[in-house]
Amino acid sequence: MDALLLSRIQFGFVISFHILFPAFTIGLASWLAFLEWRWLRTGNTVWRELYLWWLKIFALSFGMGVVSGIVMSFQFGTNWAVLSERAGNILGPLLSYEVLTAFFLEATFLGVMLFGWKRVPPKLHFMATCLVALGTLFSTFWIISANSWMQTPQGYTIDANGVFQPADWWAIVFNPSFPYRLAHMVLAAFLTTCFVIGGISAWYLRHNRHVEAARHMLRLAVVFAAIAVPAQIFAGDLHGLNVGKHQPIKLAAIEGHWRDEPGEASTPLVLFGVPNQQAERNDYEIKVPVLGSVILTHSLTGRIQPLTSVPASERPPVLPVFYAFRVMVGLGTVMLLLTLASLWQWRRGRLFDTPWLLRGWNAMLPSGFVCILAGWYVVEIGRQPYVVYGLLHTRDAVTPTLAVGSVLASLITFALVYAIVFGAGIWYLLQLVRKGPMPHEPAPDTHAGEKTPARPLSAANLPVEGQPSGESQ
Amino acid sequence: MEYWLPVAWFGVIGFGVLMYVLLDGFVLGLGILAPFAEDEAQLDHMMNTAAPIWDGNETWLVLGGAGLLAAFPKAYATILSALYLPVLLMLIALVFRGVAFEFRFKAHRAKPFWGAAFSLGSTFAAFAQGVILGAVVEGMPLQEGKYMGGAFGWFSPFSMLTGVAVVFGYALLGSTWLILKTEGRMQLVSRTLTRPLVLVVVAFMGLVSAWLPFLDSRLMARWFEDGNFWWLSPVPLAALVNAWLLWRASMREGRDMAPFILALTFFALGFAGLVLGLWPYLVPPSLTIWQAAAATSSQMFVGVGLVVLLPAILGYTYWSYSVFRGKVAADAGYH
Repeated sequence: MDALLLSRIQFGFVISFHILFPAFTIGLASWLAFLEWRWLRTGNTVWRELYLWWLKIFALSFGMGVVSGIVMSFQFGTNWAVLSERAGNILGPLLSYEVLTAFFLEATFLGVMLFGWKRVPPKLHFMATCLVALGTLFSTFWIISANSWMQTPQGYTIDANGVFQPADWWAIVFNPSFPYRLAHMVLAAFLTTCFVIGGISAWYLRHNRHVEAARHMLRLAVVFAAIAVPAQIFAGDLHGLNVGKHQPIKLAAIEGHWRDEPGEASTPLVLFGVPNQQAERNDYEIKVPVLGSVILTHSLTGRIQPLTSVPASERPPVLPVFYAFRVMVGLGTVMLLLTLASLWQWRRGRLFDTPWLLRGWNAMLPSGFVCILAGWYVVEIGRQPYVVYGLLHTRDAVTPTLAVGSVLASLITFALVYAIVFGAGIWYLLQLVRKGPMPHEPAPDTHAGEKTPARPLSAANLPVEGQPSGESQ
Repeated sequence: MEYWLPVAWFGVIGFGVLMYVLLDGFVLGLGILAPFAEDEAQLDHMMNTAAPIWDGNETWLVLGGAGLLAAFPKAYATILSALYLPVLLMLIALVFRGVAFEFRFKAHRAKPFWGAAFSLGSTFAAFAQGVILGAVVEGMPLQEGKYMGGAFGWFSPFSMLTGVAVVFGYALLGSTWLILKTEGRMQLVSRTLTRPLVLVVVAFMGLVSAWLPFLDSRLMARWFEDGNFWWLSPVPLAALVNAWLLWRASMREGRDMAPFILALTFFALGFAGLVLGLWPYLVPPSLTIWQAAAATSSQMFVGVGLVVLLPAILGYTYWSYSVFRGKVAADAGYH
């Protein structure tokens, strides 16, 4: 074990945990904005109950995203000092813009969202919700820009010390893979939330609980999935073409394409196999002729660059990339089938009383999370052995003075602490889901921060009494 | 531009870190004072005074981290990697402190556990931050740009002293915050805590100040050569006057805002005293702000955003504090 390997394991571990929470809250924030809009618009209390209940889930998830995110913002300095020194000129500003445009906005207005229900007028409260939702999207914009720049760097020069110097900020922010990755990630985040909403609704319907709320939610989930799943497949396809253009060896690893076989006029599609890095081939391979060309190049005779076109030391580990991609695409296909089946049953008026369909939604509840992790493993393992693609090797980016004992200690600590903290967090989330939205949901705050017992619903419309006279103010 | 831009950024980073230590300082102070809560309900009360704003306060730390990477990448890489273990301690402590805000109010049987997580997390985060501050002020010798101090290079009597000093300093911010935000029993407890804390913090500031000139000749020169002492002497003098005013205000009924404001200025003066000693180094005695500076283009690019966004951030932060102004009732049940 050396400091490099341990640092890589640690980064993979802390970021895998972290990504789950923002991915969920990006979608949830917009979902909350939608729910509050429906409540303000219709006055139907089911929306208010749903809002207040999902807000609790949001607060918990957001809290876990924040604390695991703070860990991330120091990882580059502690473990990847050379990356920070060489690419800090470019990554630093992008991450700073994330803090300035997104983190403050989210954190501040989340406070108003959670505790300001009775302290600000409803429209202002709705605005706070919208600003938090906007903040999550700003955050996605900048972090995906920074990641994409490392995948497809442009707009820089390299000085005599190997330090990246910015030359054109527009080119840096809007680097070639950024638009595709941004679209793919935002849709992924929304779909993750969509399938959680659908999954929970189906669970309630199966157990005959919170039926009215669950029907509202399931319908919305089906409609959203019907739009977003095809859109995601389209975005994913475009992203794939982009990878083929800018990171051909990553695409070859995704496809398990080791070499162009003599006599083949086109690239086949490997459906399944066991990539064998040493022997440079796939064992137990099942492939479909020509299909690879059609999907990957949108032509009958197009070719993609094979893995063996570069030295073995320049190839990523093929097996995890190959499988992670199949997990993502496989689950995406199931999402599409489930959505189509739901639309079909809806047309027949049986959306809510088709047991196998509800079980399907229930089972697919975590599918978005799995897809996101699998997708990011494809992206991040697939770019190896580079951290800045083609320019800076991962092995050269690690902190040179790092003691093995230090990294071992930090890795074990993170593993233990995350197991306790996020284990507990997920357990509390499950408790909230089991409880479900409460009719007569107590509003989270009164003007004086007093505990509000379950009130009649009309209380929500009562005027706020005079502000307490804090004598010190 | 080559000269002034890093200077401006030194100011920005200093401001960001100061905002963090003041704003999260009082929230961490609540956790440090948690053992003085007489029961679980009083701890609820303490936490509820900060529940709506702690997250925004903590964001200043993230700005400090990202801003340092953007403006002084070499300093970011050097400081964080050299202080690997104290940074780890701070992060883990902040994780426990942060989730405690959410989990404690959801828990039943585990409530005391998350109370302890809040208390210990806050205390260790404060201690680790003090150690980091002390270690940076003390300096990090570099060879060919690499830190050679090893995994425990930060461990010294001085950094331990600043670690403990920050714990008490944050506790003082916390107790005066509680005077501002609570009434009755809780406020009385806070008032009673404030006076001894003032004394302890004055003693720690005196110790740190007395120690500083002996850390190395550079700091000695900063304070005692070229008549600098006359320029800089207002800082310790103002701190002493400030401490005396705070002492007087802490027990005065009816003026609940004054102790908190005076604790903030007191803390800011102490911080200024330490940071003035750093100038013009970011990693003394090896990296000046110009040696550590990012490309001019990078500093400009974020600088433009900062000029536009920082006033907006300060504006809506102020607004959110005003939304939650006033006393927080004892049986506050936000959750």
